[in-house]
Amino acid sequence: MKTIVAFLVGLLFGIGLIVAGMSNPAKVLGFLDLAGAWDPSLALVMGGAVAVGLAGFTLARGRKVSLLGEPMQIPTKRGIDRPLVTGSALFGIGWGLAGICPGPALTLLGTGAPKGLVFVLAMIAGMALFPLLQRRSR
Amino acid sequence: MNIDWAHFTPGTALAGGALLGLAAVLLLAFNGRIAGISGIAGGLLQRGAPGDKAWRLAFVLGLVAAPMLYQVFAALPEIVIEADWGMLAAAGLLVGFGSRYGSGCTSGHGVCGLSRLSPRSLVATLTFMATGFAAVFVVRHVLA
Repeated sequence: MKTIVAFLVGLLFGIGLIVAGMSNPAKVLGFLDLAGAWDPSLALVMGGAVAVGLAGFTLARGRKVSLLGEPMQIPTKRGIDRPLVTGSALFGIGWGLAGICPGPALTLLGTGAPKGLVFVLAMIAGMALFPLLQRRSR
Repeated sequence: MNIDWAHFTPGTALAGGALLGLAAVLLLAFNGRIAGISGIAGGLLQRGAPGDKAWRLAFVLGLVAAPMLYQVFAALPEIVIEADWGMLAAAGLLVGFGSRYGSGCTSGHGVCGLSRLSPRSLVATLTFMATGFAAVFVVRHVLA
């Protein structure tokens, strides 16, 4: 059941990205280009998402199990540490270079765009480096 | 500041954003999970608890299938990728590694983290937005 839910939610998330305009890298770059002709649309995407999210996450607060009886797995880390800031900074640079973040990369893959495939393969390689780094630092 | 009114789409931006928020709330409500794409996809590349891979793969397949479903009802909006192949490969590596090292991306930190008022996610979101703005500035206004 949770696998079916995950598929349907992934589908809904992807539709949301397409409706919002985030599946078009040029539109994302239009938002990130403060010094050029600035398209503020993506600020409203985030606004709409957080407005709904805030209501839902507030309702869910304090619950121990989900509606399907799964444990609620909410991040527990609190501190602002170096990996958080360094990793986010690197991610932002990559986001700015192409206008593609992980969700839209996967929907782009589904459009059959060859450039989407190249981005996703590079992204998977980048993600695969992370557990290697973790193992070395242990 | 010079606003690009011709490309400004407030209605679909808000509606699409609301769908993203709804998807995040549904995944939390039913599966007890945070809808962070980098975390969900990245978990497929790591050893995890038994039985933890199927839902992750299903979620990723849902994202990939979304444009196919969308096309049944309407033409896909225009997709323009300006970056060349080398730039795309570099960007993909940075996005993949950075989002895992920083514990999240636009969805996990941006949508979900801000929705649960997490200070860590606020710092992450401000950081990747700042470097995103900076990268576009360099590419479009310094190098070009």
